[in-house]
Amino acid sequence: MEKRIRILIAKPGLDGHDRGVKVVARALRDAGFEVIYTGLHQTPEMIVSAAVQEDVHAIGLSILSGAHLHLFRKVKELLKEQHAGDIALFGGGIIPEEDVRELKKLGVGAVFAPGTPTDEIVAWVKKHVKTK
Amino acid sequence: MHEKKHQFTTISSKPIDRLYGPQNLTGFDCNRDLGEPGYYPFTRGIHPTMYRGRLWTMRQFSGFGTAVETNKRYKFLLDHGQTGLSVAFDFPTLMGYDSDQERSEGEIGKCGVAIDTLADMETLFDGIPLDKVTTSMTINGPASILFAMYLVVAEKEGVSWDKVGGTVQNDVLKEFIAQNSWAFPPEPSMRVVVDMIEFCTKHAPKWNTISISGYHIREAGSTAAQELGLTLADGIAYVEACVKRGLKVDDFAPRLSFFFNAHNDFFEEVAKYRAARRIWARVMKDRFHAKNERSWALRFHTQTAGCSLTAQQPYNNVVRTALQALAAVMGGTQSLHTNSLDETLALPTEHAVRVALRTQQIIAHESGVTNTVDPLGGSYFVESLTNELERDALAMIKKIDEMGGMLKAIAMGWPQREIADASYRYQKQIETKEKVIVGVNEYVSKDEHPLEILKITEETAKAQIERLKKVKARRDGSKVKQTLSTLKEAAGTGGNVMEPLIESVRAYATLNEMTETMRSVFGEYKDPAIF
Repeated sequence: MEKRIRILIAKPGLDGHDRGVKVVARALRDAGFEVIYTGLHQTPEMIVSAAVQEDVHAIGLSILSGAHLHLFRKVKELLKEQHAGDIALFGGGIIPEEDVRELKKLGVGAVFAPGTPTDEIVAWVKKHVKTK
Repeated sequence: MHEKKHQFTTISSKPIDRLYGPQNLTGFDCNRDLGEPGYYPFTRGIHPTMYRGRLWTMRQFSGFGTAVETNKRYKFLLDHGQTGLSVAFDFPTLMGYDSDQERSEGEIGKCGVAIDTLADMETLFDGIPLDKVTTSMTINGPASILFAMYLVVAEKEGVSWDKVGGTVQNDVLKEFIAQNSWAFPPEPSMRVVVDMIEFCTKHAPKWNTISISGYHIREAGSTAAQELGLTLADGIAYVEACVKRGLKVDDFAPRLSFFFNAHNDFFEEVAKYRAARRIWARVMKDRFHAKNERSWALRFHTQTAGCSLTAQQPYNNVVRTALQALAAVMGGTQSLHTNSLDETLALPTEHAVRVALRTQQIIAHESGVTNTVDPLGGSYFVESLTNELERDALAMIKKIDEMGGMLKAIAMGWPQREIADASYRYQKQIETKEKVIVGVNEYVSKDEHPLEILKITEETAKAQIERLKKVKARRDGSKVKQTLSTLKEAAGTGGNVMEPLIESVRAYATLNEMTETMRSVFGEYKDPAIF
């Protein structure tokens, strides 16, 4: 049997806006993926350690606080340190276009803006996240 | 007869009939259910003259970067005709962290202004007369600390505490339900709220002690009826907690205020505000036996729905905001914040904020809707919808009562789950185009031009950390230690924490020093992550 894709959905930083992240977590679960949601107020260290422990194939970060550049960079660095750089990283939130380009340069696979249909996120995961 | 849809519903999925008439209002009694504006049950408004006597307060929620930058923005807003201030704090401040802590990295000054000590608060209100301007502060977990700072600033300006007017949000219950910026677990959070109310009743009688908020519940994805029911249930929980402390209901209830969302569905929103007033008046009179009319009257602030704004074709947001603001005014709001068109992308620029403020001024001075009180009262449709929202909200309140009150309901995850379900349902309706959002799932344009947006750089963080360092170097360390130990004792023994907080603030203790002192007694709360 083919291994199911496991995804860690996380809220890094102090941001409390969790409407979007809960919708995305539920949509990914309904699409048949295994979803682990960290809950709010996670540090990058907590997220990466959970990702490694849970042996996930992708991490989705939701950030609406403006701290996205700092937090994505930190998570990416820690993943490399943990030799887990192959875990796909994607995200969404209130992120200006200019910063989306910056995040893509960092190696973030996709950044979904407000208004993105959940189907689009599911399709992206199906196409880009592999079970190794 | 042909109709283009099988069923017509509000944005909250409430079915709407083709036509409303007298048959929808059987049993409706104008005297009992409406009354006169300014009189019980206040359905038509809390003042006999409403906007003919005084317009609502135009209060734009604002704050970013350091206190220096935000102070400049406040002066800009006051110069442009704004009549009250409303402080937005950054996430570290909302959660009780200082700018020099690791947890604050990347977040300083981003979502609001960074406040670490009294020194920042002194800068924030520099040159602003606190006896003339009223201030609303959106702060919850550490509300009592920021309020203590405000009192000390007023004192230094020579304004006595009985003259300061304004509001702290201080609504901790909705933090656990929807907004998620808490400092302590639910029970000790409630205790600190009651401490603050008790203190204000004696020392700051003009201060609005809580702004019981449906806004964030709605933003988190609830329906209009859920927003109404959960918010009023929160209100009931606060009144019960104060009564349990031994406070007399008429001594504190007149200073409770509310805060609602203004979403897209015009009539549903108007009905929501009208129902809110009627329910609260009856709850206060019948359930809590309040005698003072001011305890019965529900006063509220409104903010247009941030979650309704779209990143796509952002100029359309000006129109959305105008319609939402109109609903708030037709519903009899006491103060109003209109969102800026660029807020789905970042904090607003000065230009965008000005358009938002002008929107309110156009409604106030050009539209003519302020000429009479409750212009929609008596409409078959609006009265029916008001009755229905009242019914739905009362059913929720009853359910929460049966669970043993709001704290119990929160511990069971009930309100959180209700909201998550409603939010997911709405998302699906958008994706199937059952609900149309212009520019997002219909009428999509390909040629969009990027907006100019406000940027908060890392320079802000550096400057703020530097400010904090200077304060720490200059203050009397032993005085800080001593005041914090008094605070700890009060927290541990059940004494009122307000006086020790004010002493700690005077000694320039930092926000986190005070929060951490209380956390060491109260413990911490972890998100149950319900989705």
